[in-house]
Amino acid sequence: MTIGSVPLRYKISVDHDQCMLCGRCVENCPYGVFRTERDRIHINSRVCVACHRCIAMCPRDAISLAERPVDYRSHPLWTPQVRESIYNQARTGKIILSGMGNAQDYPVIFDRLVLDACQVTNPSIDPLREPMELRTYIGKKPSVLEFGRENGETVLETRLSPNLMLETPIMIGHMSYGAISLHAQQSLARAVKKVGTYMGTGEGGLHESLYPCQDRMIVQVASGRFGVDIDYLERGAAIEIKIGQGAKPGIGGHLPGEKVCADVSCTRMIPMGSDAISPAPHHDIYSIEDLKQLVRSLKEATEWKKPVFVKIAAVHNSAAIAAGIARSGADAVVVDGFRGGTGAAPRVFRDHVGIPIEAAVASVDAKLRTQGIRNEVSVIASGGIRESADVAKIIALGADAVYIGTAALVAMGCRVCGTCYRGLCPWGIATQRPDLVARLDPDVASVNVENLIHAWTLELSELMGAAGINSIESLRGNRDRLRGYLLDEGIMKVLDVKPVGA
Amino acid sequence: MCGIIGVIDRARQRMDGTGIRAALSEMDERGSGEGAGYAVYGAFPDFRDYYAIHVFFDNLHETKPLVEEELSKWGVIEHDEAIPTYEQASLRKVHIPWRFFFRPDPHLMPRSITPEDDVVMHLVMKVNTTIPGALVFASGKNVAVFKASGWPDEVADFYRIQDYKGYLWMGHNRYPTNTPGWWGGAHPFNLLNWSVVHNGEITSYGTNRRYIESYGYQCTMYTDTEVVAYLFDLLVRRHGLSLETAVKAFAPPFWDEIDRMPEREKEIFRAIRLAYGSALMNGPFAIVVANDESMVGFTDRIKLRPLVYGVKGNRLYISSEEAAIRTMEPDVEEITMPKAGEPIIGRYVA
Repeated sequence: MTIGSVPLRYKISVDHDQCMLCGRCVENCPYGVFRTERDRIHINSRVCVACHRCIAMCPRDAISLAERPVDYRSHPLWTPQVRESIYNQARTGKIILSGMGNAQDYPVIFDRLVLDACQVTNPSIDPLREPMELRTYIGKKPSVLEFGRENGETVLETRLSPNLMLETPIMIGHMSYGAISLHAQQSLARAVKKVGTYMGTGEGGLHESLYPCQDRMIVQVASGRFGVDIDYLERGAAIEIKIGQGAKPGIGGHLPGEKVCADVSCTRMIPMGSDAISPAPHHDIYSIEDLKQLVRSLKEATEWKKPVFVKIAAVHNSAAIAAGIARSGADAVVVDGFRGGTGAAPRVFRDHVGIPIEAAVASVDAKLRTQGIRNEVSVIASGGIRESADVAKIIALGADAVYIGTAALVAMGCRVCGTCYRGLCPWGIATQRPDLVARLDPDVASVNVENLIHAWTLELSELMGAAGINSIESLRGNRDRLRGYLLDEGIMKVLDVKPVGA
Repeated sequence: MCGIIGVIDRARQRMDGTGIRAALSEMDERGSGEGAGYAVYGAFPDFRDYYAIHVFFDNLHETKPLVEEELSKWGVIEHDEAIPTYEQASLRKVHIPWRFFFRPDPHLMPRSITPEDDVVMHLVMKVNTTIPGALVFASGKNVAVFKASGWPDEVADFYRIQDYKGYLWMGHNRYPTNTPGWWGGAHPFNLLNWSVVHNGEITSYGTNRRYIESYGYQCTMYTDTEVVAYLFDLLVRRHGLSLETAVKAFAPPFWDEIDRMPEREKEIFRAIRLAYGSALMNGPFAIVVANDESMVGFTDRIKLRPLVYGVKGNRLYISSEEAAIRTMEPDVEEITMPKAGEPIIGRYVA
């Protein structure tokens, strides 16, 4: 008895009346869905991943796509996804790989939180007429200032730690060269430089073509230490130690050898074609005091000129962990929620491990404040930030700034098909195949990303103005300006927000 | 809306409450008759070294012993009395205003650098959060506070403020939206020697409250005004900043202006904004704050509420309306409108 084939996930069809046999679909699909035979386009829907490249490139809108064209007997528990996973695992005996963020149907807390606006008793502020300040500093801040007198003038005696200055509280998170293409990284880098913010290198080194934007790059030191040397550390504007990632808390990473081309191998400082395996823990960090040593070593190596961030996945105890990090000398803690994207993660981790960023940031901010160490670190939130309203809400919950990842890729064309781990990204983003990479033009894509950040920044200014706030620090931790809509009492307590109408 | 006024005699010549009663009533257009109040510094020369703890009791037989017990744990009640009141046609004695002249035992707060203040602050928070039916609404030395639900002239007559004299008076004519009719919601708001009158709404209240609560303050008055007093107490008394610097933290210059400043100033303002970002007060407001040494008035950083000041001799007047100042002092000189966020400070010379 064999299990047989699982039904099609997607069905592609071509309207042959519309089709003019231009062959663009055939050229564009790296998965081999289309072929031309005897003046007709033939289709193999089984290999389709719903990347929409063919649909976007068809000049006649002749292609359509349907998801799950074959019904299963419906069952609320034994969903088609569950059944198909079992078929696949029964056949292969392996862990199921997946891409992008959590695909489980958990409620989205962001969508159950609403923002406030002014009416009558106080005026809303029009950002077109009045100044609106989104400038954000990331790093350690003094809790008390001391002043002295020098030649009859007041002088500041408190020494400030290095901070990154952002024109908008939106940064781009760490996506390595290897996981994404060089063109993708170049596009992101040019965009952040243009809008006055920062991006992460990921654990893939810093390619020399990015040196012109190095003052806008946060260089990552992760458990594989790929691409790390003193030159790399000195080039970055800040350094980030990656402990964990929201999409796969508690496990490491694996860049398959096929993606390690000559250029990736040089940037990562590993042999060409070899698998790049980042272990689950850092093998020199087995406790919080070891983290403190690494933070101090990195600072010492770079003459205490650069802020050092520590990134953790949002897990049950992240508030206490963040408090430990705040005491390690780190300048910022990055909390990555369970909706964070990834090139590849075991599906069981992506969908079932970790907690949502909204709850994590709320508890981290509360814990740091109770312990009186909120100024010791900035809090950067990431993992599932989809729009400017999410940025406003997470800042109101207590974050200083956000990292976006998937949203920036979507701005470059990504359709969230979740097949990044195959390395065949038809949009030239999550691939190293030269012909595919060439499809992404950094001149165009960088403008798209820049536009996105600019548009969100404008929306954020409008939201703040409507709330009668003209400076981002007055939104930060201002949970009074949030209300929970149909959130349960337990979660509202964690978020410390009132229900709508209260 | 709301109308505010403050006057300080820099030579500590005492004034009675007649003038401020008339001035505050001049701004009835800004109020609704549901809340008014006055604070006066120098009101209790005989008890100047004692904390004048003012309490609204809902009844005396049940809650007063509890408050007395709490106070006795932390120090000595030298004298206590009902605050004299004279019921008006439209202003009934909803609460029983009482004052205790209290001397805290500094040895009970050994780790504090200001143990007496900290004992009193602890008591205020304790009573207000744990004893229902008792509300401490003032706790400074030599400071009297009179407030109730009514028009300014009614409240003034209810307490006969003309019988009191002091060298600094503040008044507030309330147009409530949040807690109408509640005496505790009327201004001035007082903690230790800080008193605040406030016109406006602080849109950053949530941020300010989270910040201040992490330093042990508890917001119990359901109003954004109390955070102003707590913020001043934290930055000036506990962190040792000057009044000018504290105001610059609450209503800082914009980054555009800071970027254009000379290096030394730029460094100072950048540090203020970094360290005290959570203390920045946003939204429309005009505020007058007083303590033992001075009185300061300022507005939000884009001046969404009015504030004017005038000077006559040793007296500095700050108010929402020029008319109110002129009612009090027809010969006032130098009526001026300060810039947004610019502190107007009057300090004692004697």
